[in-house]
Amino acid sequence: MNLNRLTREQLAARVAHDIPEGAYVNLGIGLPTLVANHLPKDREILLQSENGLLGMGPAPKPGQEDTDLINAGKQPVTLLTGGAYFHHGDSFAMMRGGHLDICVLGAFQVAANGDLANWHTGAPDAIPAVGGAMDLAIGAKQVWVMMEHLTRSGESKIVARCTYPLTGIGCVTRVYTDLAVIDVTKRGLQVTEIVPGLSFAELERLTGVPLSNAVALPAESNGARHG
Amino acid sequence: MIDKTVASAAAAVADVFDGATVMIGGFGTAGMPAELIDALIAQGAKQLTIVNNNAGNGETGLAALLKAKRVKKIFCSFPRQTDSYVFDALYRAGEIELELVPQGNLAARIQAAGAGFGAIFTPTGYGTLLAEGKETRTIDGRNYVLEYPIRADFALIKADRGDRWGNLVYRKTARNFGPIMATAAKCTIAQVREVVPLGSLDPEAIVTPGIFVKRVVPIRATHR
Repeated sequence: MNLNRLTREQLAARVAHDIPEGAYVNLGIGLPTLVANHLPKDREILLQSENGLLGMGPAPKPGQEDTDLINAGKQPVTLLTGGAYFHHGDSFAMMRGGHLDICVLGAFQVAANGDLANWHTGAPDAIPAVGGAMDLAIGAKQVWVMMEHLTRSGESKIVARCTYPLTGIGCVTRVYTDLAVIDVTKRGLQVTEIVPGLSFAELERLTGVPLSNAVALPAESNGARHG
Repeated sequence: MIDKTVASAAAAVADVFDGATVMIGGFGTAGMPAELIDALIAQGAKQLTIVNNNAGNGETGLAALLKAKRVKKIFCSFPRQTDSYVFDALYRAGEIELELVPQGNLAARIQAAGAGFGAIFTPTGYGTLLAEGKETRTIDGRNYVLEYPIRADFALIKADRGDRWGNLVYRKTARNFGPIMATAAKCTIAQVREVVPLGSLDPEAIVTPGIFVKRVVPIRATHR
């Protein structure tokens, strides 16, 4: 089947669209960092980086890099006017203490109950590394996952139970994939958006776990309304 | 007169002993006290337990200390990086012990040591592999894991400026673990870009008050 998948940049733009004015946000390393490039210019949104800055700006111009000013991915960044530096104790108080409105994380798997697996494949020869993922997972008010819906071999990354080691229990509140937007609720997974041309029934078949259809009727006619 | 300044990195780390627990500041290379680490390598102390967010980059700084086989154990939240090949090889060969700690728990356990707590209950890691076998408690409906402080014999940190009383200010994101590690070690040694006269640092802006610092070593920024 020919799926109308969002590209990585389209997915980043889709996530960015939902971040409201005034939000304090942490973008996890990897795919979520792309969200920074798509934040609406008319909103003041403050990005936190766990190594110790709030009000993170874009990458510096070539030649302007400062090795003392980096993000959690250890890439050179800038500080917005009004931004602040702080030590790791304060930084993780922001994260663990429920002060961040949103964190956006990548994932290997998300379970129907909101369990998240994103730090370790569990492979015996893998060197484990966790960083701040577990603090973000349990600490932010909303935990959004941004990932491809399917693995390269076509298996759903949304699963009944995670088979990879967990990062946090029941912590994910919303999943943005290249095929759909899905809220994790007490009553299960609710689909609020599907890419054009994909039916709800087909999405549910690809996902392999029960979904409920909460897609609002789109303004223009497309396949997303059916199912 | 109190004067915590020490003329050389070598003199500052001379009493680090075999088997010591040594915190090393830095997140990646930002805030890593490279000259103090070089002096520690030259000094020769071995069987060290190191506390650092990462496990070294390339073959300098902490990676060089690992490569010299002076480290028996490392506390770390994110050892695996694109350029952590020195650690990776030691780990795969079983030549170094790793205690993997979620980054916020690493910070909180260091803070707990510095602040004199016996232990902390943290929500981070609950229900995961990294909390296996640990005591847990439900408080006000939320689940927590009991974690113990991480104390050190020495902390090697990097600040921007300091004075002879040991007051420190940092530079940008190089601050990271410096201020909390300074509180958690019996002997905190800070390398600074510049030692300034007492009173030059704005008291409202001092990040680490001198009580947490034993030695201040001026190191001119020559590398990079």
